[in-house]
Amino acid sequence: MTIHVDIVSAEAEIFSGTAEMVFAPAELGEVGIAPRHAPFLSRLVPGEVRVKISADEQLPFYVSGGIIEVQPHVVTVLADTAVRAKDIDEAAALEAKRRAEEALRDRSGKIDYAKAQAELVEAVRQLQVLERYKKHKGRLEK
Amino acid sequence: MAVGKEIRTKIGSIKNTQKITKAMEMVAASKMRRTQERMNATRPYARRMQRIIRHLAHAHPEYRHPYLLPRDGKRIGILLVSTDRGLCGGLNANLFRGLLRRMKQWEEYGCHLELSIIGQKGVSFFAGVGGRIVAQKTQLGDEPHLGDVIGVVKVLLDKYDAGELDQIHLVFNEFVNTMTQKPVIQKVLPIEVEELEDQLRHHWDYIYEPDAKEVLDDLLQRYVESIVFQGVVENKACEQAARMVAMKSASDNAGKFIDELQLLYNKARQASITQELSEIVSGAAAIQ
Repeated sequence: MTIHVDIVSAEAEIFSGTAEMVFAPAELGEVGIAPRHAPFLSRLVPGEVRVKISADEQLPFYVSGGIIEVQPHVVTVLADTAVRAKDIDEAAALEAKRRAEEALRDRSGKIDYAKAQAELVEAVRQLQVLERYKKHKGRLEK
Repeated sequence: MAVGKEIRTKIGSIKNTQKITKAMEMVAASKMRRTQERMNATRPYARRMQRIIRHLAHAHPEYRHPYLLPRDGKRIGILLVSTDRGLCGGLNANLFRGLLRRMKQWEEYGCHLELSIIGQKGVSFFAGVGGRIVAQKTQLGDEPHLGDVIGVVKVLLDKYDAGELDQIHLVFNEFVNTMTQKPVIQKVLPIEVEELEDQLRHHWDYIYEPDAKEVLDDLLQRYVESIVFQGVVENKACEQAARMVAMKSASDNAGKFIDELQLLYNKARQASITQELSEIVSGAAAIQ
């Protein structure tokens, strides 16, 4: 039994197809959605959306937040921005992380603390997704 | 030869104009391709969003969001999307004419109208005819971002939330193809949805995380923003297409004009040569 999955960001359609299961970073913790899941609506936090296409094939994506809607046979992820894990720009993420950390160390009170923190979270999550992807890459591509 | 000097200068100046319109045509053509790609790229998001809203309208939630409840009232907010620059044929004029006609109807019903405008052309036109403009955003550039439109949308949404407006309509040009752009007046709020397939008829509701109000507030705000943004992106593609067509016909007209003037010039030149010849011949005949 499979479930249809659509992942779109405001600027592009990232993925559309069927899957056995979907994992997503909902606001109150990661959720796993199997076919015939009850209707579900939640905000997403920055993190990894994983689409399990078959027992040995998984597609990881990074989303920066958004909304997930679940109907028994279709899952829709409306992401603010979304990229395939393999397309994550590691250098840019590291740079963003460094900048955010620097901004947070700045005690002069001139910075927008909440914004810097949000940027830091996004950068760190991106790196985590990439890290995971690299670790599992060999296994996934067999 | 002094003949036709005026005509020659005129041809020269029209040729210069033609060079400009040709260049603008080419610029518009390449921009059109880019804006069109962008429009196609943002469509899936808007479509999926609409699907979710359709589902949502058929759920039976314990919390009914105000955007989904029907409202009677005669205070209408209009969000107009126009272009910043002219030279794009009748694109803006058609849109404004359609909107004015509709506004007149509304006013006959005794509606109170407020305008929120994106694009310089709309701002100057409706300031001229005395519209009530509550918000405006100009100079969007060729690649508008979602963040650019949030301000003007929020002004209307805040008024809607506060009960100062009862309806919100979006006015923009829909991109049909390069030759055709269709002015559209679309009702955004309150959200109305058509009847849906049977499987969603039974009594059901979502599981919300963290809770219904927070998620729905967030979702519906995004929904309105995505509709408006899609309108802006479509209008941008329309602008470039209309400009390309307008500039193409301007170049063609210039070409025709030049041909006519060239003919006139040649005729004048020949006439003067003929005249001179006949003068010489008749002069020579007189001597003999």
